[in-house]
Amino acid sequence: MTRSVSTEPVGVDPRDQEALALEGITVRFGSVTALEGAHCTIRRGTVHAILGENGAGKSTLMRAAFGWLTPDAGTIRVHGAPVRFQSSADAIAQGIGMVHQHFMLIPAMTVTENIALGGQGRFDASTTAARIAEVARKTGLPVDPTARVRDLAISAQQRVEIIKALVREAQILILDEPTAVLTPDQATELLRWVRSFADAGGTVALITHKLREAFTVADYITVLRQGRTVVSAARLALSESHVIEALTGTGTGTGVTPASVEASTVGPTIRIADLATERRMVDHIADAPVLRLDGVSYVDARGVTRLRAVDLAIHPGEILGVIGVEGSGPRELLRILAGRLAPTSGRVTRPDAVGFVPEDRLHDAVIPTFSLTENLALAEGGHARGWMDWSRWWGVTRDLLATADVRAVGPDIPMATLSGGNQQRFVMARERRRATAALIVENPTRGLDLNASARILADLRTFGGNPRPAVVFHSTDLDEVLSVATRVVVCFDGHVAEVQSPLDPNDRTPYTRAMTGSDGAGDVISAERR
Amino acid sequence: MTEALLALWDGAFGSSYAIWSATLVRSAPLLLLGLGVALAFRAGVLNIGAEGQFLMGAISATAIAQSMGGTVPSIVMIPVMALVGALAGASWAGIAAWLRQRFGVLEVISTIMLNFIALASISWMVRGPLQEPTRIYPQSAEIPGPAQWPFLIPGQRLHLGFVIGLLACGIAWVVLTRTAIGFRIRAVGASPSAATSAGGIAVAGTVLRVFLVSGACAGLAGAAEVGGVTWALYEGISPGYGYTAIAVALLARLHPGWIIVSAIFFGALEAGASAMQRDAGIPSVVVQVIVALVILGVLAGSQRRVIAGAATLGAEGRR
Amino acid sequence: MDALLIPFLDATIRTATPLAYAALGEVVTERSGVINIGLEGIIIAGCLGGLIAAGAGGPTVGFLGGALAGLLMAALFALFVLRLKADAIITGTALTLLGLGLTGTVYRGVFGLEGAALGTPSIAPIALPGLSSLPLVGPVFFTQTVMTYLLYLLVPLLAWWLARTHTGLALRAIGESRTAAHAAGIAVDRIRWGAILFGGVMGGLCGATLVLGQVGTFTEGMSAGRGFIAIAIVVLGRWRVVGTALAALLFGGAFALQYLLQAVGWALPYQLFLALPYLLTLVMLAALRGRAEAPAELASHEG
Repeated sequence: MTRSVSTEPVGVDPRDQEALALEGITVRFGSVTALEGAHCTIRRGTVHAILGENGAGKSTLMRAAFGWLTPDAGTIRVHGAPVRFQSSADAIAQGIGMVHQHFMLIPAMTVTENIALGGQGRFDASTTAARIAEVARKTGLPVDPTARVRDLAISAQQRVEIIKALVREAQILILDEPTAVLTPDQATELLRWVRSFADAGGTVALITHKLREAFTVADYITVLRQGRTVVSAARLALSESHVIEALTGTGTGTGVTPASVEASTVGPTIRIADLATERRMVDHIADAPVLRLDGVSYVDARGVTRLRAVDLAIHPGEILGVIGVEGSGPRELLRILAGRLAPTSGRVTRPDAVGFVPEDRLHDAVIPTFSLTENLALAEGGHARGWMDWSRWWGVTRDLLATADVRAVGPDIPMATLSGGNQQRFVMARERRRATAALIVENPTRGLDLNASARILADLRTFGGNPRPAVVFHSTDLDEVLSVATRVVVCFDGHVAEVQSPLDPNDRTPYTRAMTGSDGAGDVISAERR
Repeated sequence: MTEALLALWDGAFGSSYAIWSATLVRSAPLLLLGLGVALAFRAGVLNIGAEGQFLMGAISATAIAQSMGGTVPSIVMIPVMALVGALAGASWAGIAAWLRQRFGVLEVISTIMLNFIALASISWMVRGPLQEPTRIYPQSAEIPGPAQWPFLIPGQRLHLGFVIGLLACGIAWVVLTRTAIGFRIRAVGASPSAATSAGGIAVAGTVLRVFLVSGACAGLAGAAEVGGVTWALYEGISPGYGYTAIAVALLARLHPGWIIVSAIFFGALEAGASAMQRDAGIPSVVVQVIVALVILGVLAGSQRRVIAGAATLGAEGRR
Repeated sequence: MDALLIPFLDATIRTATPLAYAALGEVVTERSGVINIGLEGIIIAGCLGGLIAAGAGGPTVGFLGGALAGLLMAALFALFVLRLKADAIITGTALTLLGLGLTGTVYRGVFGLEGAALGTPSIAPIALPGLSSLPLVGPVFFTQTVMTYLLYLLVPLLAWWLARTHTGLALRAIGESRTAAHAAGIAVDRIRWGAILFGGVMGGLCGATLVLGQVGTFTEGMSAGRGFIAIAIVVLGRWRVVGTALAALLFGGAFALQYLLQAVGWALPYQLFLALPYLLTLVMLAALRGRAEAPAELASHEG
């Protein structure tokens, strides 16, 4: 269906330019094939974007290139010479460095100790620190070698990761979703650095699922789908629609964006304007708020103030989008609204039952070893008394599977056997059943592929009921929030404030500014409009 | 070798006396102790302190029986002993539970420390407050007649404690599978975070209650041992029953029904080992080796963790 | 005063020595992110291994025998926890039972059913020339056995190794995050094997010291909870080498208090002193509730 495109610059022996070549890479985990003959050639002095949906195999491919796993078949060449990595230490020795999506840093240790990790013989902190300072200066990535990693901001931790690779003289950098944890401004800054690193002769493999990034910064683009390379070509030879088609495999060749992508995370192809027209107009005045916070503050166990005197009111039928970078308060705000966290001060008004879909599904929402029936009954586990009527619960579960369209063999199978998307639909349906008036949803698409994510978001948008439930929705993906929310608030430094919709629905700047605190006072007004 | 194994078999199942007066008598404490350990493990509580809880139950039951004297009828005396023993075991476990929930002390370590303290206590009791009147032997006087638990079969030593153990296993099975409380215990053990977040289950309260019940089982076993077998308190009243109980629970895969089978297996092993020591000169501590090997065997045979909630030990004390 | 104080302090150092060996070994094991609750079984194995080997070839061979016995027990633990991915706590409990049962069985098998207590070659305190004549400090710190003097060397060496070598850094890193260490190219399992085996050797030396340098004989269950106490010492020492050595001293003092209070003639039951180290362990663990310094992998326990 999709053609594999290859364009080579004419007149140059590709071997001369090749920094890292992966050919016919096949990786199997038990009966699951993660990669099936995937290939990709990364040229020296270029930025090469690796695109793919969740589960397409892009991280697996790069882990093979980093020696973190040994492929079942295929060849890897570094600077033209075939290599066989036994561990990441071998890859590091070949000048490959990787920055993982979840940082591989040890919070309790200093920057110096983290960077020295993996060395041999005596460890001299001051020599290492001097070397770090030198690399930091040369590359323009400021870090304090003596700081403890746990005290650093996320963006600083990312710089430590990059310097860690550079101190080991990495010429090839693999960056796994590096902008996922950054604010838009920080992301721009990082991409600018990536560009300059490549321009200075370095090589970068950029794993991402954001089209916009690939088209902004990359020289070459490789698209993986279901473990295979479907596109690998120079960026200039590709169009966005072609790449979307390759990503989803649902294209018809006409360049029409498939419906399932619309609500997804592929960056600029989402037309916020289209989605905005679907936004329901909600009458804030007519109904009394379902959820309400008055002067709510929260100080965590370590003494850090997470929320400061938050006033908020959420009405029936509203979908309140909550944006904000990690650590700025969304997590605590959602848990206080859901009644899972008691505020340090202030007043919370909420119905007895509030549905809650936490982001860590397998840890906080379900018990993977329990059956579906038991997982449904879990919702009433806290206040159930006396005997458990399992046959009733079995029937309720069977009905719920049907109405929520959860694909499962039956109510008796363990939760762990369901796919991520089905687990999430189960959890959403359970929480809706538990509470009809209010539902709190946190990063519901985490770890789900595009189609499953789109279905979850569509479910959120179309919740019915009379009155319709008040929904609070938080995602680290701004596009997701904008595609679903009827109103958006931002958490910044513990303050919660409403972001006014810009006149141009495609204009994202008010949101990104609010998240990074770079807004003028006029952009943000108080969320409380009584 | 053959001689030793024959002696072991004879001691465990070789005669009706071996079965009804040795094997099942030794299974009786293991039923309750194994059940206590299994319940705790089910809820993610690593209670290694059954030994100490058993000893405290034995001490308290002896003390109450001695102080009530020979005039109180059995029908009052026996339930009181059982209750006091269970309460003592629960309190002893309660110390570890409190240390876990208030201070985040690993219950694995605290329960073992409490075992040693219980050993020191019994050592003091049988040389101090509870010593027999002549003050010669380190043991208590025989408990009064009404405090001696009835035998079930004439001429055999199988006592009421065994039936109580069977009943307890049955009740625990029904509770775990059919009731809301049992469901909460399983949920807390399998995933404390999901139990809290999705179920609104009070994890700390559930853990505390299970810990106490687990201790109560062990204390009750101690009372039953004094009332049904020894009729007096000795320092060596437990040949490590509390530790064998861990193997009983693990071999039964923490399932109350299988505890019965598993307890009888280890009871037979204990009974056979004494016979083996007597007849073939093999030291009976070899049972401990077998217990350890059974635990290791169960561990090696299971890919997944035996204890679902083990990942959460002392979780309250952590970041 | 000195007549009471010096024997008390001397006994403190003497009883603290085996505890320090076990605890320092456990520091290394736990810094690699594994808790070995089976230390008790390792110590008792070291006791018997030391006794048998010393009987065959004198005290030096005895210490080697103790170390070897500890090593073998630790290898069994590592096999289950690292290779078979078994639960460390339950494996450790089984290891303790195995150690106690196996030593009892072997001891009675070798030395008869009665388990006649027999004298064993033991090591005598050596007064270090010059240092031992210092007032107070001399008789307390410098009139000890060679095992105590080895500790004086081992503590700074171990502290230096953990802080100033890349292997030490790697060990600490594994204890904090095995994935991060793995990503840095560190052979996680190999270092963990090393750490557990080191803990085994040290635990075995603890047992051998107990038999050859302190008690002078073997009795069943003579480890008497020292393995668990050593784990508490590690917590009290905040997983640091010097801190752990000092914490071992405190617990040595708790054991030695029995002698002191008996000498003073307190009319309290001696069982109270028997229970004292265990009570102290509970109190100390409770007092140290803020355990932020524990290696992070110990808490995750996911293997």
